Amino acid sequence: MKTDYENWLVTIDNDQVVTLTLDKPDSSTNVLSQSVLIELQSILDELKTSSVSAVIFQSGKQNSFIAGADVNEFSLFQDKSNSYDAALHAIQTGQEVMNSIENLPFPSIALINGYCLGGGMELALSCNYRIALDHENSKLGLPEIKLGIHPGFGGTVRANNLLGVLKSMDLMLTGRVISVRSAKRIGLVDEVVAQRHFNKAARQCLQNIHSGKQITGQKKRPFYFSLLEMVFIRPLVAYILEHKVRKHINQAHYPAPFALLNLWKLYAGDKDLMMKKEAESVAALINSETAQNLIRVFHLQELLKNQGKITTADDHNINMPPQHIHVIGGGVMGGDIAIWCAYKGFTVTVHDKSNEVLSRLMQRANTFLKRKIKHRCLIQAALDRLIPDLKNNGLNKANLIIEAIIEDVSAKQHVFKEAELKANPDCIFATNTSSIPLDDISKVLQDPARLVGIHFFNPVARMPLIEVVTSTVTSDTVKNSAMTFSKAIGKLPLPVTSTPGFLVNRVLMPYLLEAIELYSEGIPAAFIDKAAKDFGMPMGPIALADKVGLDICLSVANNLAQYQNVKVPEILKEKVKNGYLGVKSSHGFYTYSKGRLVTQNLKYQGLSLSQVSNRLMFRLLNEAVACLDDKVIANEDFLDAGIIFGIGFAPFLGGPMHYIKHQGIAEMDHTLEDLSRDYGERFRPTIGWEHLMPMR
Amino acid sequence: MNHQNITDQEPVYVVNGLRTPQLKATGKPGPFSAGDLAVAAARQLLLTVPFSAQTLDEVIIGCVMPDASEANIARQIALRIGCDIKTPAWTVQRNCASGMQAIHSGMNSIRSGTADLVLVGGTEAMSRAPVIWSDDMVNWLTQLFSIRSHGINSIGQYLRQIVRLRPQFFKPVFSLLKGLKDPLVGLSMGQTAEILAARFNISRSEMDQYAQQSQQRLSQCITQGKLDDEVTSVYDLYNHFYDHDNGVRKDSSLIKLSRLKPVFDRSYGAITAGNSAQVSDGATVLILASAQAVKQHNLTVLGKLIDCHWQGLPPEEMGLGPAHAIPPLLDKFHLEIEDIDYWEINEAFAAQVLACQKALDDDDYCQKKLGLTHKIGKIPEDRLNIDGGGISLGHPVGASGSRIVLHLLKLLKRNTSPTKPLRGVASLCIGGGQGGAILVESMRPVQ
Repeated sequence: MKTDYENWLVTIDNDQVVTLTLDKPDSSTNVLSQSVLIELQSILDELKTSSVSAVIFQSGKQNSFIAGADVNEFSLFQDKSNSYDAALHAIQTGQEVMNSIENLPFPSIALINGYCLGGGMELALSCNYRIALDHENSKLGLPEIKLGIHPGFGGTVRANNLLGVLKSMDLMLTGRVISVRSAKRIGLVDEVVAQRHFNKAARQCLQNIHSGKQITGQKKRPFYFSLLEMVFIRPLVAYILEHKVRKHINQAHYPAPFALLNLWKLYAGDKDLMMKKEAESVAALINSETAQNLIRVFHLQELLKNQGKITTADDHNINMPPQHIHVIGGGVMGGDIAIWCAYKGFTVTVHDKSNEVLSRLMQRANTFLKRKIKHRCLIQAALDRLIPDLKNNGLNKANLIIEAIIEDVSAKQHVFKEAELKANPDCIFATNTSSIPLDDISKVLQDPARLVGIHFFNPVARMPLIEVVTSTVTSDTVKNSAMTFSKAIGKLPLPVTSTPGFLVNRVLMPYLLEAIELYSEGIPAAFIDKAAKDFGMPMGPIALADKVGLDICLSVANNLAQYQNVKVPEILKEKVKNGYLGVKSSHGFYTYSKGRLVTQNLKYQGLSLSQVSNRLMFRLLNEAVACLDDKVIANEDFLDAGIIFGIGFAPFLGGPMHYIKHQGIAEMDHTLEDLSRDYGERFRPTIGWEHLMPMR
Repeated sequence: MNHQNITDQEPVYVVNGLRTPQLKATGKPGPFSAGDLAVAAARQLLLTVPFSAQTLDEVIIGCVMPDASEANIARQIALRIGCDIKTPAWTVQRNCASGMQAIHSGMNSIRSGTADLVLVGGTEAMSRAPVIWSDDMVNWLTQLFSIRSHGINSIGQYLRQIVRLRPQFFKPVFSLLKGLKDPLVGLSMGQTAEILAARFNISRSEMDQYAQQSQQRLSQCITQGKLDDEVTSVYDLYNHFYDHDNGVRKDSSLIKLSRLKPVFDRSYGAITAGNSAQVSDGATVLILASAQAVKQHNLTVLGKLIDCHWQGLPPEEMGLGPAHAIPPLLDKFHLEIEDIDYWEINEAFAAQVLACQKALDDDDYCQKKLGLTHKIGKIPEDRLNIDGGGISLGHPVGASGSRIVLHLLKLLKRNTSPTKPLRGVASLCIGGGQGGAILVESMRPVQ
């Protein structure tokens, strides 16, 4: 048997059991690139005619099985003369490999030792049995939908077959990732095994098969799975699911979920046909604008992630990851930052002057950690790492101090002056300020180079972006350390300069204020929000303002008003004065009952939806271009990444700059001129547009 | 007895110490386990020293009633606070003086060269002392669980077993009460104190007056902020925090105390809940250092530990433990009562503290029972337990031995004399019939 493959290690034992270990060279995770699949096909071809008794699939990576197909290869089809055919060919190659596994004349077992996603999950589904390692990192799922496609290596067929339409659609439509316990419950894996038994488990399973014993978890397919698949019931089920999806997702923006449901509706009765149509569906989707843009977003995410790595010996990262983090301020931001850092494995002291605040913080921590962590001893360990520090003693011990108190420059100066006296000489000072220029804080320090901004977004647990803010004097070492830290706690660092509003707030504000201005002109809030959602924003600006809190919007707006060409609408001031703060006070622009929006009537005659959406989006785009021109961020990719991950800007459009380029810079510039004639100076294209125009 | 010079003793330094507030047991299990309390105090203590938990060489903790899951609680504490995986940890038990035993064991480790930095202390969650099934019930349950189900046969066995059940099997045993009773002499701790009250003619009103004084002293101490650098707040997971000893009764009065009924001997007794130590939860931790460690880490220290002495006595008068442990300790270093600046004698019962004072000031007792030539003398009231004690603060059994040493050192430091170091003695009576006493010294202030 040939054994010298690049990606696979092939071994055989005395019982004629073959173990195939996937260990992709030069990578910390396994992905099913074309070369991996081609090699696997060749291995399977050899195996199927041999006297092998069973095959075991495992991974050579630590706590990671197979993370999916190779996303880098997804964009290559575009370069080919016929992108559809190229894509179809690649998908069919994958499908054939999975079919070969399914058709092997002997048992196959997948030993899932960690992340098992997308193509990796499809490989595991092709095996007869799936055994998963009981570990926090063992997560399974089919997240292809997040890239604008759906499973294409037979996953739609096999998931439906194994789990039934409801559970399989839940996984494939949401793209969510589940724990091994949940996977066992729904039948996605057959066994969950502790590390100490993991290597034996496959052998034991094979022995059981041999002696005819039933494998735990492998039950007969429930009759109602087939019931729901009957040809006259399917359209009804599909309609119900489609209706649910349509509530959140616009088909014009994201076609994949609807393509998936259609695939099932039409072909679920015939597995072979469904397989063929699955490949065709993915090949069509993958070359669409949406999918290519979502793949671009994936690459942007990798771009941000890769900054936090220690690349050369010169990139001197002091004390990263930090032994001890000290957070000053235990309120909504400071407290949540501390909890998140403790969750990610760091020892954190959190100081607040009030025991009431610290006590609420510990309760919040308990609720959060119990939800996120499955094993009880790990929850206790996380809580032990989070130390409430009334006396501010953590200053003396920390490698990184994160200040998250009120937005008051002299209070912040005071904090850092005290820190300077007590902290270790190479402790990094970071501020979570969203509006105070860093130089204003650091000017009172002996060594202003050690101050950097690490700007989190609310809520800390859910927002992936961190703006890493540098002042005019922040040292490179400190900046690099802040980026490494951001990555170490699982966030995406975006380097920005210390200019008002940095990137995210600066671009968000004009958009929100324009929405409020439209509201003052008499346009219903629901209409404004619909216009934005029709454009592709996940949430309307009025609803977003309510969610963030109108008091916070007002204070950020007041702050930025002095720098930007923007007037703070009276109505915002009034609402805040009267206590209408948004979701937290059950009344903002909308009314809220138990935290949920009470829907309003959408009737409006006047401006059209597209007119409203133009006013909203062009304010955002105009400001984005200004940020680029002011060099708030390094380049267009960083800008797109920041706006997508910080605001949630329509990912399927690939980012504001990508969108502008796609629509045509000159055309966009022209539209702005028109808008400025009709609505005011604020729409006049900033100087940045000129610099964007290609040289003639 | 080997007489020695204080200055010849290899110094064992106390770098610093902290304790949690002591929380009165109210009937239902308290918010913290013994482990949680010690971890909370130790984490805060480590923030006040220039080294981390990784630098500790050893952890020794006293605990009398750990939870069933807290076997060798010291090891669990060590790992939870971040000690190196190789650092050994052990749990000690000398009943009410377990906290002082931990300190003494720490001293021995340092003096024998085994360790340079030791985390010591004591912790207790008396409110969580288990309520257990009686032996009758356990036997019944064991029989029930051992019935092997073989279909129809087993139904008969189950029925027979159910018929054997008696209502009195359900009567629970309060392990706390069991622990507070000495089986060798058949007396509860309170009853031993009644014996002392009778022997030394201590009246109910004297006890109540002493108890009132304890409450007032603690009350004042808290108001004056004297516990601020000794007590650290603790936080549970349900939005409650505890920042002060909650057993103190600011509204205590002699009249209220006089209304309480005797609790140990109901008919003729004088000892009430008001003039006894409270049942409490709490932890106290200290870091001990050798001279070498002080130099290496450039440490400022709280004080010095000189020596510790243990002595046995009849269990039925265990309350006189201090009276038996203190004289040999003083004698060893040629010290008289006047040479000691402050005293802490754990207030297990007002009667017991008063009895100790009377015994030490009585020629007859000192000659006949302690083998001394004449009485030791009167411990001045204004130098003894001046900031309150077990009656107002509570007595978490494993922790008190550490708490009184910590408080004594803080007290000596606060009153530091410019010319010579101050000396203090902390002592406890121990259920089962022992006494323990420790001699400490403050540092001379740097001129």
